[in-house]
Amino acid sequence: MKKILVIASLFFFGIVANAQKKNAKVSLEVDGICGMCKKRIETAALKTKGVKFASWNVKTHKLSLILDERKTSVENVQKSVAAVGHDSKGFIATDEAYDSVHPCCKYRDEEIIENHAGELKKQKKK
Amino acid sequence: MKKYIVGILMLLPFLSFSQQELKGMIMDKTNPKDNLGVFGANVYWLNTTVGATTDEKGWFKIPYKSSYKKLVVSFIGYKTDTINITSLKPIHHFITDQSTLDEVSVSVKKKATQKSFLQTTNVFTVNSDELLKAACCNLAESFETNPSIDVNFSDALTGTKQIQMLGLKSPYLLISQENIPSIRGAAQVFGLTFTPGTWVESIQITKGAGSVINGFESISGQINAELVKPLTDNKLFVNAYGSLGGRLELNTHFNQKVSNKWSTGLYVHGNYRGEKFDRNNDNFLDNPLAEQINIMNRWQYIDAEKGWVSFINFRYMDDAKQTGEIDFNPLTDKGTTNAWGSEIKTKRFDTSLKLGYVFPELPFQSFGFQLAYSNHKQDSYFGLRDYNIKHQSVYSNLLFNSIIGDTRNKFTTGINFTYDVYDELVNITDYSRKENSFGGFFEYAFDNLDDFSFTAGLRLDTHNLLGTFVTPRFHMRYAPWEKGVFRASIGQGRKAANIFAENQQLFASSRQIDVQSTGGKIYGLDPEVAWNYGVSYLQGFNLFDKKGDITLDFYRTDFQNQVVVDWENPQEIAFYNLEGESYANSFQAEVNYNIAKYFNMRLAYKYYDIETDYQSGKAIKPLTPNHRFFANVSYETIKDEEIEGHWKFDLTYNLIGEQRLPNTSTNPIQYQLSEYSNSYSLLNAQVTKVFSNKFEVYVGGENLTNYKQENPILANDDPFGANFDTTIVYAPIFGQMFYGGLRFKIN
Repeated sequence: MKKILVIASLFFFGIVANAQKKNAKVSLEVDGICGMCKKRIETAALKTKGVKFASWNVKTHKLSLILDERKTSVENVQKSVAAVGHDSKGFIATDEAYDSVHPCCKYRDEEIIENHAGELKKQKKK
Repeated sequence: MKKYIVGILMLLPFLSFSQQELKGMIMDKTNPKDNLGVFGANVYWLNTTVGATTDEKGWFKIPYKSSYKKLVVSFIGYKTDTINITSLKPIHHFITDQSTLDEVSVSVKKKATQKSFLQTTNVFTVNSDELLKAACCNLAESFETNPSIDVNFSDALTGTKQIQMLGLKSPYLLISQENIPSIRGAAQVFGLTFTPGTWVESIQITKGAGSVINGFESISGQINAELVKPLTDNKLFVNAYGSLGGRLELNTHFNQKVSNKWSTGLYVHGNYRGEKFDRNNDNFLDNPLAEQINIMNRWQYIDAEKGWVSFINFRYMDDAKQTGEIDFNPLTDKGTTNAWGSEIKTKRFDTSLKLGYVFPELPFQSFGFQLAYSNHKQDSYFGLRDYNIKHQSVYSNLLFNSIIGDTRNKFTTGINFTYDVYDELVNITDYSRKENSFGGFFEYAFDNLDDFSFTAGLRLDTHNLLGTFVTPRFHMRYAPWEKGVFRASIGQGRKAANIFAENQQLFASSRQIDVQSTGGKIYGLDPEVAWNYGVSYLQGFNLFDKKGDITLDFYRTDFQNQVVVDWENPQEIAFYNLEGESYANSFQAEVNYNIAKYFNMRLAYKYYDIETDYQSGKAIKPLTPNHRFFANVSYETIKDEEIEGHWKFDLTYNLIGEQRLPNTSTNPIQYQLSEYSNSYSLLNAQVTKVFSNKFEVYVGGENLTNYKQENPILANDDPFGANFDTTIVYAPIFGQMFYGGLRFKIN
């Protein structure tokens, strides 16, 4: 009985591991700061083969994706996003790539974060 | 003091433990077809760092404390909204497209007319603010503050306003309501006046070739009116209007949420004019006596969880007009030569069903289905001529939206079916016919998410009278630099001319009707086919720290075949197929500028060059000004954060150039008109006092300079004689007209 269960569960795990979804929903955190970053991140994500849909949230820094797991993986998307200068967990953009982003988007810079926070405040006041 | 601090500190843990959550859903107002939630929108409490993001269905959950009063909703490319939250009831909120690529923009008052920097087609949206600039009674009058559209009078009797775009009349425009073609066939002349102004939520105007999705009929452009929706319209709305021209109106809206998923709205409109005016002493009424009752009931269904959305509409309208000589009494004078008079009675019933489904797992994939039925019956007589038409119409379309690879490549494909039954009687000649068409379409849209996009569409239709044909349409957009957008479009359209329904004013004249049959299938004539090409350039700018934009566009419509309406012989009206060329060129320059906060200006200049080969030779299209200059300024004394007690001022000026008049040189001398009309100016103004967000009052005046056309009715002294003609109208007849009204709403 035990044996059967073990085999069954192994079998089941195997299926899970192999279940490559055509329309997998994934979300991950990508560092950025403003609407321009959003456009840059989403475009880079979409241009990755196999990614069908991408939406990055300015406030939560969450990148929501729908991708075809048979053609690509989240790591590939992270690579493309890092290539245009945006960090995500385990994929830090090279200095070269980071330097290519617009000066206002230097999300690693405290001062610029402050500035954007200020703008957000300004927005709220209106 | 210390006690207080301790007290507050004691409270803090409680606050953090009371895990209350506010739930809600964010939807896209500009896309009501699939308003199924916006994925990735941000919500946060004002002046806090507490935030959340909407999931792919547009739902969010956000921690709630009673101290949080204002919830901010923001999404890139959309207007940032702040919502007052008073309870934990789940909220439904629509966000509106900002149509500009401004990054972290300090939120500004949205412009009443928005030109899009992102859309591939040359489309602009007129929202309800713009529609309030001139208290319009109906859809036909709601374009008064819009330079792209010309509003002309159709004749000297009925007071009906007709619209033109790119120099072509409404039959060449596709006019739809919520993407269902509505002003067609028998409804052509009066149809626009049958939609009350208060029912209109927004209007999208597309210049040039339209999309293939809505059919093959649009030639010079498309006008789509979105009506108010039960879920978003005011709970109660009352509008009363009265004019010194004797017109009274009452509009009431009632909207009610029936359940979580269903909402319903009841909209009732009535108008009445019982007073007789003859200010120009030509013995004819300047405006018709009229009464109309118009009732619409809408049901809206939204199930965001499962991805379904639906609208069901019912509408009934009954309209009666009487016009003609002052002393005409229909009971005793109808069908006699005692006095000349006319009555036009229209009854119309419409019903439609819309169904949309967005795949919950795939926010970019959806189905849409539309089915509409209308029954339009007009019984009328003009002097001794009778004109009766009944038009029943079925329209349906099924479409599927999805992507190829990723969301940069979208496509829409589907099928349409239309069925029209006309029972038409001109005096004693029966022109009844049936038309049906079946077609399929495919439209591919590419967007590189940056500076380039295009849309290419193709239709194949088979029509029992027009045959089988292909309709191509292509649009592109290129943004070479910041805030600059270049657009181009090309497309073909075709239609069957409803010669009598589209030119009804001919009956109120002594002109003989001459239809020169060439063996075609509709009135013996061949269908109209035209190509439309256009280019447009939009540039946004900042001058003295204020925003503005300038638009230049040029469009050309080239008829390959046309049903020419020939007014050049004053004793007759002839219809025949085009021999030779017929084209309409239109150039427009428009500048919008925000002079100061809440002080906006719009200037436009338009040039038309429209010529047709008539049988009597090539001539400029009659009753169309070659030049038109337009200016509109609007000012509001609004204070920040405060809506109470402010004023709105609006002023619209039109300079209308000279117009060629149809040839009258063969008439007796007293019935001859000059070759060209004079140019003239029109000035309209309106003042609105907003007492609160519930109540406002407005007064206004049209045609303040009191310009009137002299002698709008030829041979008014002998209406049953050979020279009677009410069709040559190029200017207002009534002169100055003052009006006032109020609006009361409860949200």
